[in-house]
Amino acid sequence: MSGIVGYGAFVPRNRIKSEEIARQWGKDPETIRRGLLLEEKSVPGIDEDTITISVAAAQAALERAGIDPKRIGAVYIGSESHPYAVKPSGTILVDVLGIGPEVHVADFEFACKAGTEAMFVAFGLVESGRVEYALGIGADTSQGAPNDALEFSASAGGAAFIFGRKNVLAEVVETYSYTSDTPDFWRREGEFYPRHGGRFTGEPAYFKHVLSASRAILDKTGLKPKDFRFAVFHMPNGKFPLSAGKTLGFSKEQLETGWVVPTMGNTYSGSSPTGLAAILDVADPDDLILITSFGSGAGSDSFVLKATEELPRRRPRAPTVRSMLEGRRRYLTYGEYSKYREKIIVNQ
Amino acid sequence: MPSPRYWREIPSRYRLEASRCCGCGKVAYPARKVCPACGADDWKQIQLSRHGRVVTSTVIHVPPDDFLMEAPYAVAVVETSEGARLMVQVVDCEPAEVVPGTEVNLEFRLIRREGHGGILCYGYKGVPAG
Repeated sequence: MSGIVGYGAFVPRNRIKSEEIARQWGKDPETIRRGLLLEEKSVPGIDEDTITISVAAAQAALERAGIDPKRIGAVYIGSESHPYAVKPSGTILVDVLGIGPEVHVADFEFACKAGTEAMFVAFGLVESGRVEYALGIGADTSQGAPNDALEFSASAGGAAFIFGRKNVLAEVVETYSYTSDTPDFWRREGEFYPRHGGRFTGEPAYFKHVLSASRAILDKTGLKPKDFRFAVFHMPNGKFPLSAGKTLGFSKEQLETGWVVPTMGNTYSGSSPTGLAAILDVADPDDLILITSFGSGAGSDSFVLKATEELPRRRPRAPTVRSMLEGRRRYLTYGEYSKYREKIIVNQ
Repeated sequence: MPSPRYWREIPSRYRLEASRCCGCGKVAYPARKVCPACGADDWKQIQLSRHGRVVTSTVIHVPPDDFLMEAPYAVAVVETSEGARLMVQVVDCEPAEVVPGTEVNLEFRLIRREGHGGILCYGYKGVPAG
């Protein structure tokens, strides 16, 4: 049996409320709250990036896994905000955690699904027997242009998952991927902010891929929505994942545990992985979990997971996602937010 | 800091590697070859826990250029449970909150950028526990 042997997440402590952003641009905060179902979002500090978030999440995953880091044979970080254009994020992470040097490392990119992409490959290497343990991470300090709808959601955070074959916390029952060329959201080389196709990001992009991948993995496993206790879908805003879940036949009770977007925002590559971590924070043995990511461009990865008896035993070794979302926070003004996100031009 | 020097300091900066004297038990961070307390040269490598307590602190209002965007910020001498002392920034809080006795967790953060196009230098900073 292969699956997750350790998991962890990290959410920065800085927050900005939707109404603070709306006020800046003369928009109605109630429209944002009701339309996008977003209350606030996390903001990375000046000293936080994809690497520091990945390290914090992976340290928590190692605590829960309780394994010697040297036994991890592959490390993949999925993000669309790797701090370096040329130089891997993963090399820094492996030296911090004491993994390697006998380790295969790569940085992945696939818009918001780079995290599950990293998990997919890590799991595949473990299942094939090529490595004993593999670490897959999804993390981002997401970019959203000022006065763009994305600015209300683009946030920071991530989750890390160590895959192995012994003492599994959640068995990977099945995987499925669905991909097509769909230009719904992109960022050209050298551009600072991504661009998107507005409403085109909905039906032909998000919903087509999320629903197709989810339906296919349900067919592949012979499972029905009612067989699952939890489901999480990529969360570009509050509305889309609830709508996708409802279309597939999931109830709000099945969706709300992993639905972390109203107070965290969209952590891009860290979005559905952080939702999965929030589910593992409360799941009981034998609970079935569905996770479907979405990355613009476009594609979706689906996993069906089954929690084991080990999960409740090792869960307390690291902080939960909700404890980070509801714990110590610092609320920023739009001016502070602009400084933290380096939107202000200063002399070098 | 030139990249090769930063690279040489990775064990202490990334993994908090320190040394414990086999003669008198003193913990040195970063690791040393000769014990500053008893002069012994027999050491055991240890890794510091990522928890500590502020021994003393100050608030920087006029920072070096690389830290201009962070001012004002707290800098503290933190003692870990192993007895090692290290000087770190304490972040994610109001600087005035950082006083002797404050319990902190050490979190891996970006310390500074080497100019506009240079390398990124990482290490640990304190964050108030709880």
